[in-house]
Amino acid sequence: MAAKKTTKKTNASAEELKAYYRDMLLIRRFEEKAGQLYGMGLIGGFCHLYIGQEAVVVGLEAAAEEGDKRITSYRDHGHMLACGMDPNGVMAELTGREGGYSKGKGGSMHMFSKEKHFYGGHGIVAAQVPLGAGLAFADKYKDNGRVTFTYFGDGAANQGQVYETFNMAALWGLPCIFVIENNQYAMGTSQQRSTSSAEIWERGKAFGIPGEAVDGMDVLAVKSAGETAVAHCRAGKGPYILEIKTYRYRGHSMSDPAKYRTREEVQKMRDERDPIEAVRTLLLDGKHATEDDLKAIDKEIKKIVNESADFAKESPEPHLDELWTDIYAEMEA
Amino acid sequence: MAIEILMPALSPTMEEGTLAKWMVKEGDTVSSGDIMAEIETDKATMEFEAVDEGVIGKILIADGTEGIKVNTAIAILLEDGESADDIDAAAPQKASAPVPVDKEQSSEDAPAAGMSHPEPQVDTTPDWPEGTKLKQQTVREALRDGMSEEMRRDDRVFLMGEEVAEYQGAYKISQGMLDEFGAKRVIDTPITEHGFAGIGVGAAFGGLRPIVEFMTFNFAMQAIDHIINSAAKTLYMSGGQMGAPMVFRGPNGAAARVGAQHSQDYAAWYMQIPGLKVAMPYSASDYKGLMKTAIRDPNPVIFLENEILYGRSFDVPDLDDYTVPFGKARIWREGGDVTIVSFGIGMSYALEAADRLAEEGINAEVIDLRTLRPMDTGAILKSVMKTNRLVTVEEGWPQGSVGNYISSVVMQEAFDYLDAPVINCTGKDVPMPYAANLEKHALLTTDEVIAAVKKVTYK
Ligand SMILES: Cc1ncc(C[n+]2csc(CCOP(=O)(O)OP(=O)(O)O)c2C)c(N)n1
Ligand SMILES: [Mg+2]
Repeated sequence: MAAKKTTKKTNASAEELKAYYRDMLLIRRFEEKAGQLYGMGLIGGFCHLYIGQEAVVVGLEAAAEEGDKRITSYRDHGHMLACGMDPNGVMAELTGREGGYSKGKGGSMHMFSKEKHFYGGHGIVAAQVPLGAGLAFADKYKDNGRVTFTYFGDGAANQGQVYETFNMAALWGLPCIFVIENNQYAMGTSQQRSTSSAEIWERGKAFGIPGEAVDGMDVLAVKSAGETAVAHCRAGKGPYILEIKTYRYRGHSMSDPAKYRTREEVQKMRDERDPIEAVRTLLLDGKHATEDDLKAIDKEIKKIVNESADFAKESPEPHLDELWTDIYAEMEA
Repeated sequence: MAIEILMPALSPTMEEGTLAKWMVKEGDTVSSGDIMAEIETDKATMEFEAVDEGVIGKILIADGTEGIKVNTAIAILLEDGESADDIDAAAPQKASAPVPVDKEQSSEDAPAAGMSHPEPQVDTTPDWPEGTKLKQQTVREALRDGMSEEMRRDDRVFLMGEEVAEYQGAYKISQGMLDEFGAKRVIDTPITEHGFAGIGVGAAFGGLRPIVEFMTFNFAMQAIDHIINSAAKTLYMSGGQMGAPMVFRGPNGAAARVGAQHSQDYAAWYMQIPGLKVAMPYSASDYKGLMKTAIRDPNPVIFLENEILYGRSFDVPDLDDYTVPFGKARIWREGGDVTIVSFGIGMSYALEAADRLAEEGINAEVIDLRTLRPMDTGAILKSVMKTNRLVTVEEGWPQGSVGNYISSVVMQEAFDYLDAPVINCTGKDVPMPYAANLEKHALLTTDEVIAAVKKVTYK
């Protein structure tokens, strides 16, 4: 990835830029707080942070409309915040409390919101890919003009079910945007060590699915590619692939010492390509905002995140009766 | 206010660790993301990053200290405008401990301990009212009618699978359905079980009511991850927000002379999964009535059919909307000497055995479970309390069989009523061989059921 700052002229308004800054910062601060709560033993098990990848979901949400759907893997906190889910409910699910989105029964990897059209939170690498195509299948069946954002990783891109899905999505013209979040690593395995093709999106060509590679550290580039993809799907032209080149700063999950890459590699990315810093520079250089404006946003975010942590600590553990609920749905009357 | 930096838990199992090396010193300014220390966990050496901004006021635990418990204060961070002198005066913020669960809370639905033997509750209403007109139908026709009636009733229902549309079904179950419902609702898929099972589950999340046909259940192993991890568990993982109302169906169990990979009974596999419902009918009326119930059920249903039964004819009630509830066994034959419990094609052996035993004066009560999850254990217990003897019959393998489960329920709930150990008649504990004589031996036989009954009745 080219190590230069985004300097190109943008057609985003000051308000939009500020909103992207805010939304990305919310994810980053939220994730840092989650990491801290994990360290305190308040969050258990696996906890996969999204730090570094914020521009991907914020850019794509900017291209989405009400009613569009999204589905992703276990690295899902950013997606939930970006689509407007309540930070309190997300954080309380991380701590396994009654106030969490799944009443504490899902955890970090398994959260859902029917209201926000967020379909999870899936722990089996690449399983969300056919599920996402299935959501798109339902939308096409209902002919409702909606599209589904189906997110998966560079590692997931080597699972057979992805290509089974590409085939059917193309065959049936499903309104599905396959978003490959290429953060260059699948746990400790780099893309070079696991993946025959340098450009994963090009695999779509074998199925007649158009796509493109996108600079995932540039929220405006992501948004613009998202708009192309959405327009393609909504026009009834079938699926589209976005391979978004991004980078995760933290380990794969909280317990990953990340010895498979150098500290310098991470630091360089942070210093030179940070998506939040890039928007901050655009805002300040373009005189769209003052340092004080941004400080006010920082403060607002800090408050939201601290409140979510307080909520997540204070919300009680689920009642033991919850063990036995939600296994079967009742027949509608 | 000064913030205590606590020894972090850096793995799911870490309780204490070693502070290998400080990467900052007192007086350094840190901001979030900066590496403050290297910590050795039970698994690896990890970098510990700052979350808050501030100045390192005091380092409380020195490099190289071992055995530091998680959540011990290791340093103090000063925020804007504080100095190290404030440290003792200001009470640092403490992490709040998790709210403990009330230990008094009890769980009402916990499985009952096995010593009391209450009278089982059993629904004994007949499947259709007396005097209902009956017609002879094959299982194949009954299945198609069941699906078609539901597709007429609810346009969210669609059928997908290999060869279901143009070819009219590999086993001709969906004969005529493409003509009636069109290609939008009767969909040929590529040979891609994992993929189309996942698409089916996603479509169910999205508000449709898919029927996913597997050409046979042997091929559903390719898709078992979506059946179990995606379909069965999502309702629970989402706290009740969304699930997968759908049917996975197709022939299951041994066909004839197709060898080991094409002959396997999955009843016991799927029966184990909370979140799934499992039907395995025997007669045509049950194929129809249970299929209609399965399609309407708001949960994922595994519908295990049998190729050998497809062509068999049974009485089917001539009713506009005939359904059979889940979890209600059917008593095919009443008797007082022994209870034979079976399901699916196992019923052929059970009924044939009962006929021949009757000639010898042994009266067997024959129960068809029809659904394995929910299972009508009440009907089994009630019968065992009368006959005091039980034989289970299934085609699947012996270890971890459906019969094993039934035996354990009966032992726990009706131990005092048993006059003989329960016997589980199953297929042999071998992969299915191809040779005609070997295959015959591998399968369950009526003679074995008769022998088992004689053993438990000491005849
Ligand atoms: C089927 C399956 N195999 C292995 C795992 C263990 N696992 C969890 S995440 C992961 C790496 C996935 O990497 P990628 O798809 O690039 O996503 P990222 O974590 O980078 O977001 C692996 C191997 C799993 N959860 N599911
Ligand atoms: Mg990756």
